[in-house]
Amino acid sequence: MNLSLLLLVPLITIIAVLLMRSNQQVKWMSLAGASVQIIISLFLFVYYRSEVAAGNTAQMLFQQQYEWFPALHIGFHLGVDGISVAMILLTAFVVIAGILVSWNMEKMTKEFYFLLLLLSLGAYGFFISLDLFMLFFFLEIAVIPKYLLIGIWGSGNKEYSANKLALMLMGGSALILVGLLGLYFSGAERTFDLMKLSQTNISVTVQMICFPLLFVGFGVFSGLFPFHTWVPDGHSSAPTAGSMFLAGISMKLGGYGCLRVATYLLPEGAKEYANIIIILSVIGILYGAFVTMMQKDLKYINAYSSVSHCGFVLLGIGMLTKTAITGAVIQMVSHGLMTALFFAVIGMIYQRTHTRMIDEMGGLLKKLPFIITVLFIVGFCSLGLPGLSGFVAEITIFMGSWEHPDPLHRIITILACMSIVVTAVYILRAVTKVSMGPIKETFSHLKDAAWNEKLAAVILLFGIIAIGVAPFWLNDLIRPGAEIIMQKITGG
Amino acid sequence: MNGTNEFVSLMKPELIITVIIFVLLFIKLSKGIKNDSLLPIVRVLLLLNFIAGFFFNASGSLFDGMYHTDPLMAMQKNILNLGVFLISLLFANWFKKTDHLAEFFILMLSALLGMFFLISSGNFLMFFLSLELATIPVAAMANFDLEKKISSEGAMKFILSSAFSSGILLFGISLIYGATGTISFIELPALVNTTPFQILAFVFLFTAFAFKMSIVPFHLWTADVYEGSPFATASFLAVISKGGVVFIFITVLYKVFQPMQEVWYNMVMLLSIITMITGNLFALRQQNIKRFLAFSSIAQVGFILAGLSSNSPEGITSVVYFILIYVFSNLAAFGVAATISAKTGKENIDDYKGFYKTNPFLTWIMALALFSLAGIPPTAGFFGKLFLLTAGASNANYLFVIIAALNLIVSLYYYLRVIRSMFMDKNEYPLAKINVQLSTKLGMVICAAGIILVGMISWIYDYIQSLS
Repeated sequence: MNLSLLLLVPLITIIAVLLMRSNQQVKWMSLAGASVQIIISLFLFVYYRSEVAAGNTAQMLFQQQYEWFPALHIGFHLGVDGISVAMILLTAFVVIAGILVSWNMEKMTKEFYFLLLLLSLGAYGFFISLDLFMLFFFLEIAVIPKYLLIGIWGSGNKEYSANKLALMLMGGSALILVGLLGLYFSGAERTFDLMKLSQTNISVTVQMICFPLLFVGFGVFSGLFPFHTWVPDGHSSAPTAGSMFLAGISMKLGGYGCLRVATYLLPEGAKEYANIIIILSVIGILYGAFVTMMQKDLKYINAYSSVSHCGFVLLGIGMLTKTAITGAVIQMVSHGLMTALFFAVIGMIYQRTHTRMIDEMGGLLKKLPFIITVLFIVGFCSLGLPGLSGFVAEITIFMGSWEHPDPLHRIITILACMSIVVTAVYILRAVTKVSMGPIKETFSHLKDAAWNEKLAAVILLFGIIAIGVAPFWLNDLIRPGAEIIMQKITGG
Repeated sequence: MNGTNEFVSLMKPELIITVIIFVLLFIKLSKGIKNDSLLPIVRVLLLLNFIAGFFFNASGSLFDGMYHTDPLMAMQKNILNLGVFLISLLFANWFKKTDHLAEFFILMLSALLGMFFLISSGNFLMFFLSLELATIPVAAMANFDLEKKISSEGAMKFILSSAFSSGILLFGISLIYGATGTISFIELPALVNTTPFQILAFVFLFTAFAFKMSIVPFHLWTADVYEGSPFATASFLAVISKGGVVFIFITVLYKVFQPMQEVWYNMVMLLSIITMITGNLFALRQQNIKRFLAFSSIAQVGFILAGLSSNSPEGITSVVYFILIYVFSNLAAFGVAATISAKTGKENIDDYKGFYKTNPFLTWIMALALFSLAGIPPTAGFFGKLFLLTAGASNANYLFVIIAALNLIVSLYYYLRVIRSMFMDKNEYPLAKINVQLSTKLGMVICAAGIILVGMISWIYDYIQSLS
């Protein structure tokens, strides 16, 4: 399996899109590119499983290594473990759904798809990089497309949101940069290579300085409280596909970075700061949930609930147990799929009703049966109904958290569990208001989902249900990776 | 005969420039040549000059060490050659309008010649002479928009501040001579130490450099001069002039004053921080695109100083590499702004509102240039800035790196202001479609290719590394 395919395919698609003349060609080209991406990532998944089943116990599979800037010891190093494979699958699913959902984009179509594909390139590159310089490169590639997507195609106070997002994410990457330079100069040999760094003994002092820099830096990307403020504005101003990419992929870059770079490379730092992380993330979970209760705009509801749900990811990482870390990764995948679908549905409703305020809607179930049914399923997934992916993720995190017997962890776990009740309140309230009750006159001519919307919803639903009904495949995929991280932490 | 050969081969860049200057003089003397026919000749000559810069680069000294060259210096000179060639392409609109085109290029090449001698100087006397040669023609170039009062004002400010800094420089040189009894770059390192007297002499020298590179607090002339002078001059000042002085600054810091490293490290670092912060903060509120680029270039110098502070071969490499990237990015930004200004007379960032609708090509070039200046991947600026910071971090000075990294955010804010104005802000009457000259387009495409490729292709970095 050649991992550079994951970079080449989006790159070729981007170049092809730029050369296309008509909007129609651009759309079909992007869709073709996204389909190839999803095929490659499914193939990667199958191949990875067969490789592991055949007894290949290497930490990173399908490695490729070339020199890039040999003078500075910067390499071009690719490789995946189960966690990256899961993230790549998520990216491929969200990308194709995002492209399908924005099928009717009329304004500057070519530029729109160009930026979406560039974002996906950044995400793939990030997840398969084993060299921290490359990882940082791809992380930053993904920032500016988001800015332009929100600023050009967004709605509401879009310039403000776009600026806020770009500057806060840039701030996060500035912290990451300093942390990475700290790692670079930490060992006897200067290197950005993740595998080499994981074997060097990084002194405790360096760990104490670099861990907070890296964790907070990546935390900004994943909406760590109190650096979450870009999340609601950015998500609600972005165009539909933009919100899907932001919440579905982009926030996961942060979570993955927290896990793979900060926690894995700096275990001593992680142990030292774990309590602060879990306290901050539980504040994020509860705060996000309570703020969501007060929202009347569907997009804001989902945006704030993303803060709450991404808090679970960081909580799982901060708990530092194998089960909790596995749960955190499952939550990343599950939340990515779920929130992307949620935003897609909101976009579909908005396109028809031209409002996102739940008070102005009602009775839509009669006119839009498909869309509203999907909304129900996503809502249930969000509040953690068994049989859907959200339940699997959250229960795994709680089980992992409960392994700590001390009062602090117990209290935090209980508090986090309680947020589910709040989630149920806001989700049920929103979904009911939108779907039930008398329908307005103006909404009586609405048409249900078109083929592209149905296809996008089905693709994402497939993922959600596949995880919810049969979580073992995802669990098996992630567990070995989580085990290696835990070994590093417990010093085994 | 052997002596002549050596002379020719070592001074090849300078000799070619001199020949071009004379060719232009003769063309000018034979009256009646139009700008339209002169411009292609100049471009071809400059292109040939750039190509010739790749070959037969020897190292050696002439005139008892007054003049010294090596392949790295040849490379540095060729970076400047490239910049001048790009200038001849990018500002076609203005060149066609101006009355004294031949004179402008003669002046510009004379200044370039001064830069070459400056880079190669092996002695403070040579250094001073070539610095003057590199400065005085620029003052005339700044005054080239004769009908504009602001242009004369800019030129006046430039010549006064240059004269002032030359005075300080001479004072510094005489103090150095008083302390050590020599002004030769080869003999000085053995005699330099950290006695207060020598430090004082170094401070005066440094001040003169600071004037030329517009390091805060000696930057006050920069924005006014840029604003007053024509775009071609402003970009020459921002790219070529600054690049040349940075190159010789490397030699002076790393070779001549190496024994004083502990002293200058702190100075360079402190000035780097102040320069970055001041440049960034002032750039935030500029409306005029020239002033905007002036302050952004001040902030960039702050980053260059960050790389210089490392005192390692990586420091040299990353600074030279950054200047190469800076040539492409800054010239592209100046080129777009100049094209807009030449056709519409608009120079304010607010005038660019809705520009993307009418001029997508120019907007993308500007966006690429600004992203590169801001250090956003995949543009080369990302690599340039990152390597500068990596070099600067090698002394494990975390606070310094954090301040520099935070400055990146501030700079992103104002670069995004222009992007936002062009892409996002609504405007019922955006600037009309601009017909871009073919040569300008070519120049911009070269810049864009440079911005994208120089970063990704790592052998360019390795090549510079192998020379330094």
